[in-house]
Amino acid sequence: MRITQGAFSFLPDLNDAQIKKQVEYCISKGWAVNIEWTDDPHPRNIYWELWGLPLFDVKDPAAVMYEIQECRKANTTGYIKVQAFDASKGCESCVHSFIIQRPSFEPGFYMQRTEVEGRFQRYTIQSYAVQSKPVGERYA
Amino acid sequence: MSQSVSERTRIKSERYESGVIPYAKMGYWDAAYTVKATDVLALFRITPQPGVDPVEATAAVAGESSTATWTVVWTDLLTACDIYRAKAYRVDPVPNTPDQFFGYIAYECELFEEGSLANITASIIGNVFGFKAVKALRLEDMRIPYAYLKTFQGPATGVVVERERLNQFGRPLLGATVKPKLGLSGRNYGRVVYEGLKGGLDFLKDDENINSQPFMRWRERFLYVQEGITRASAATGEVKGSYMNITGGTMEDVYERGEYAKELGTVIVMIDLVMGYTAIQSAALWARKNDMILHLHRAGNSTYARQKNHGINFRVICKWMRMAGVDHIHAGTVVGKLEGDPLMVKGFYNTLLDVKTDVNLSQGLFFAQDWASLRKCMPVASGGIHCGQLHQLINYLGDDVVLQFGGGTIGHPDGIQAGATANRVALEAMVMARNEGRDYLAEGPEILQAAAKMCGPLQTALDLWKGISFNYTSTDTADFAETPTANV
Repeated sequence: MRITQGAFSFLPDLNDAQIKKQVEYCISKGWAVNIEWTDDPHPRNIYWELWGLPLFDVKDPAAVMYEIQECRKANTTGYIKVQAFDASKGCESCVHSFIIQRPSFEPGFYMQRTEVEGRFQRYTIQSYAVQSKPVGERYA
Repeated sequence: MSQSVSERTRIKSERYESGVIPYAKMGYWDAAYTVKATDVLALFRITPQPGVDPVEATAAVAGESSTATWTVVWTDLLTACDIYRAKAYRVDPVPNTPDQFFGYIAYECELFEEGSLANITASIIGNVFGFKAVKALRLEDMRIPYAYLKTFQGPATGVVVERERLNQFGRPLLGATVKPKLGLSGRNYGRVVYEGLKGGLDFLKDDENINSQPFMRWRERFLYVQEGITRASAATGEVKGSYMNITGGTMEDVYERGEYAKELGTVIVMIDLVMGYTAIQSAALWARKNDMILHLHRAGNSTYARQKNHGINFRVICKWMRMAGVDHIHAGTVVGKLEGDPLMVKGFYNTLLDVKTDVNLSQGLFFAQDWASLRKCMPVASGGIHCGQLHQLINYLGDDVVLQFGGGTIGHPDGIQAGATANRVALEAMVMARNEGRDYLAEGPEILQAAAKMCGPLQTALDLWKGISFNYTSTDTADFAETPTANV
């Protein structure tokens, strides 16, 4: 399955020129661009690993693209996303997020069902990859 | 010489001579009044009866919405009555409309109970709308002072936290209302939810008139809907939701349904505007306490918000609902099937999303207002919109909006999943193009056609709905600017 988190997962994977245009857009808005990676893309996993700090001072998209390449070298098989933060009053939160790398095979998730009283059920979403393998060995 | 006791003690001031004297002379008109930062301000569109002076009509509105009755009462003198009298302080003619006037009225903050929408509305729209001296009356805008706003909770969750919980950033959210509105069994209903969410929507939604009818009781619906939500979440890796309508005949029903929905694991519930202001505030308190996003359907609003000369402008409803504490409110689409002039809709959206609102007469915003840290309320665009309009929707409505394509999802000839996917692909393609700096409004149709080359369901949708538009003149339009309503 294809995990469809982020703003552009229903489109074909972005090439570097497309990624750079999004980075330029974020910088033009005064947002800080940030790179994160994970091999646990559970829908409720908010805390992907930070690739360094958000690039608060960086105004050159090329510097962001360099960090993206470095992150890819260090994480050849997992998920990588680019995010942007807006520190302005009334927002102070993430304002853009899109996946730029994913494993060649995405095993996805299954829904675990616990039947409780009557027809009531409790649901848990589990990851096939995380269940079976430790960090670093989840995606071929 | 021998006066009776009642003659001797009669009040000598002309102001308190028994009988009927003009409101303007009773203290409800003060052209020199200096507005205080703590005053509640209201702007009424007043159509006086023939022969009634506009100043007197405005003073009458001020009087009837504060302390006055139709005649003089001596018991006023037992109070510091001047404080409690609302002050009409300005009357302007409405541009190009000879029989209508804008009347500005200031109310002392302490006239109103803290944190009670029921109380402030009982004054401002209580009796006065049936008043015979005015032919028609419309509450156009209000300035709620910082001090009074601070007594309201505001949106239980707000736009920022909603996005953080959903883990969705950088694009409008996508939704759809389950159709048909009435008659589906719980099992079939849950199917629609599953298909729509798996296809790419963030939200499905109960309609306003789905509560707990004989064809589908609420527990049945909630159980199947949550099954659909969770399955779709597992299939996509995204947080998904469906607005479970917890509106019921009593607050006991509302709380029971809310608790059940929460235990099932839903992230969002919904209520209808017709449940009333007090019930809405209670639901919002419950939502804050239970980490729940609270969607409001504006059921019934057009009965009083649509006609230009009488009722309540929807921007006032937006203000009140942001104070009352809902997280979502339907606020117009511009291009869809329901009433909505572009500038007026922009004004509604700004009212819901601003940290500070500035005066903007062409958007119908008559007062500047600081929102006193009340969270932002997410506008929802729903009603007769489809993916072929995405360039216009993003242009008019921006990123912080839920775009709801009901018929535009479920009516797709290849099925609900295909309809949902068409919408999501169209949305993502348009956001990407905008961010890349393209003139997406002009190039919108080409951007959509290019995206459709990689997505069959989008091509089908664009072909099917390409001729659909709703080019009617809006009834609620700006008084201060030309407003084109046609969409291309």
